[in-house]
Amino acid sequence: MSIKAKIASVANFYIQGFREMTWGRELWVLIILKLVILFLVLRLFFFKPVLAGQTEEQKSDFVGERLTEQITDN
Amino acid sequence: MLETALIDWSRAQFALTACYHWVFVPLTLGLAIVMAVMETIYVIKKDEFWKNTAKFWMKLFGINFAVGIATGIILEFEFGTNFSNYSWFVGDIFGAPLAIEGIIAFFIEATFVAVMFFGWDKVGKKFHLASTWLTGIGAAISAIWILVANSWMQHPVGMEFNPDTVRHEMVDFWAVALNPVAVSKFFHSWFSGWMTGSIFVIGVSCWYLLKKRQTRFAISSISVASIVGIIGTFAVMLSGDSSGVHVAKYQPMKLAAAEGLEDGGPRSPFSIVPGIEIPGMLSILATHDIDGYVPGINDLLYGYVDSDGVEHPSAEVKIYKGKTALKAFRAYRKLKDTNPQAAEKVREVLDENMDCFGYGYINSPEELVPNVPLIYWSFRIMVGLGSFLLLLMVVVLFFSLKGKIQNMKWLQWIALLSIPLVYLAGQAGWVVAEAGRQPWAIEGLLPVNAAVSSLSVGAVQTTFFIFVAVFTLFLAIELRILFKAIVKGPETTDNE
Repeated sequence: MSIKAKIASVANFYIQGFREMTWGRELWVLIILKLVILFLVLRLFFFKPVLAGQTEEQKSDFVGERLTEQITDN
Repeated sequence: MLETALIDWSRAQFALTACYHWVFVPLTLGLAIVMAVMETIYVIKKDEFWKNTAKFWMKLFGINFAVGIATGIILEFEFGTNFSNYSWFVGDIFGAPLAIEGIIAFFIEATFVAVMFFGWDKVGKKFHLASTWLTGIGAAISAIWILVANSWMQHPVGMEFNPDTVRHEMVDFWAVALNPVAVSKFFHSWFSGWMTGSIFVIGVSCWYLLKKRQTRFAISSISVASIVGIIGTFAVMLSGDSSGVHVAKYQPMKLAAAEGLEDGGPRSPFSIVPGIEIPGMLSILATHDIDGYVPGINDLLYGYVDSDGVEHPSAEVKIYKGKTALKAFRAYRKLKDTNPQAAEKVREVLDENMDCFGYGYINSPEELVPNVPLIYWSFRIMVGLGSFLLLLMVVVLFFSLKGKIQNMKWLQWIALLSIPLVYLAGQAGWVVAEAGRQPWAIEGLLPVNAAVSSLSVGAVQTTFFIFVAVFTLFLAIELRILFKAIVKGPETTDNE
C-alpha cells in the first residue's frame, strides 16, 4: 500500500469511528464546550499571561525588578 | 510588598484547580489497567463475556477521560498569569517536561484511544489489546513528566541560575528527569491510581450485586479489580516508604510538620494519633535506621547537630545568606552594564549564597513552618484510608473467590460507600505534598510570596469563583453521564 493510501486508510478509520459513535457524541459535545470555555473565554479574558508580548530582555528585566523590589535592607 | 490576600487567593486558586484535576487523573490511570487486564483475559480465553466486560469499563474510562481532558491546562494558564515571576524564573526547566507531556499525551492517546474505541472488530484482537495497554501506558508516561516537573519544585536539581536572564537554566536534563523524588513520586501516584480504579470497579460492581443484576459480571470484575488494587496498594506502600526517605532528606520541615514533631533527634517516635506513638519508628521510616536523626520543627528553625556530628544551620543563618544573595543579585543587575568588574565580584557573592536565595524573602523563621495540623491529619487520613481500602480489597477478593460475596449485602454497601474514600485518600496525599512544602514554590529557592504576579486580589477572586462554578457544572455533568451508563449496565446478560 502506498503512503497516500495508508494515510487515507487511517483518516477513514477516524471518520468512520466518529460517524458510528453513539454514547460518545455526548462526550464530544462536552469536550468541545469545555475547550471553548477554557480557550476562548477563560484564556482570552481572564488569563492573559503577564509577560506576553515582551522580548526576552524585557521579561528578564520585569521579573528581575519584581524579585528585587521585595528586598529589605535590614 | 504584595498583599497577603493576593498570595493566599493565588494559592487557593491553584489548589482548587489542582485538586479538581486530581479527581479525574487517578481513575484514568487505574481503570486503564483494570480494563487492559480484562481485555487480556478475553484475548486469551476467547470468551465474549470478557470482551463485553472490558468494553463496559472502557466506556466509563472514556467518560472520565473526556471530562478530565484539559483540566490540567488550567494550571498552565495560572503559571502565566498568577505566577509569572515563577514561570519565568524556572520556565527553562519546568517547560521541558510539560512540553514533552503535552506532545506524548496528544500523540499516544489520540492514536491508541481512537483504536481502543473505534477499532473493535476493525483491527486484529492483539493489535486492539496492544492499543488498550498503550492507552494506559501513555497516560502513565504523561504522569511521569508532570511529576518530574512537580518533583523539581520539591527538590530542584540539574540547573544553574543565570542572573543576566534571571532564569534557572537546565544544565543536566537527566538529573531533572531522574530526580529521585520524581521516581518515587511517579510510582506512588501511578499506583495510587491503581487503587482508585480498583475501588471504583469494586464499588460499582457491588451496586450491581445490591440490585441483583449482572452477577457474573460483577463478581468477575471484583476479582480482577481487587487483585490489581492489592498489587497497587503494596506498590503504594513501597514507593511511599521511598518518598518518606526523600522527604526526610530534602524537605525535613515537611516531615516534621507531617509528624507534628517539635523536637527531634535519634530514635524519633512515629505518631499514630496525638498521644499514641511507636518509639523509634519515625527514625526507621525516615532513615531506615532506628538511630537515624530526624529533626523537629524547632531543630530546623534554630539549628542542630545530627548524629554524625554534622552541623545544620539555623533559619536565621539561612535567611541572612538569602538576603546576602538577593542584595548581591540586585547589585549585579545595577553594575553589569556600567562596571563589569565590580559586577563579577558581587556575582561571586551571589553564587556562594545561591542555595539560600529563597530565604532572602523570609522575614522570620516562623514563616518556614507550614500548617502543621493540616499536614498532620492529611497524612493520617491518607495512610488510614489506604490501610482500610487494602483490607477491603482483600476481604472482597476472598469472598468473591469463595462465591459468597453476592449474598453479603453489608459488604456490598461498604464497598459502594468506599468509592469517595479512595478519592479522599488521594487528595489528602496531595495536601501533604503541596501544603507541606509551603512557604516554598521551589524548595529553598523561591517562596510563594515571591512567585506570585502583582495582580489585583479581585481578579484572582473572580477567576476562583468562575472555576468553582465551571468545575461544579462539569463534575455534575460527568456524574450524570456516568450514572446513566452504570444504570444502563454492560452488554452481558442478567445471568452473567
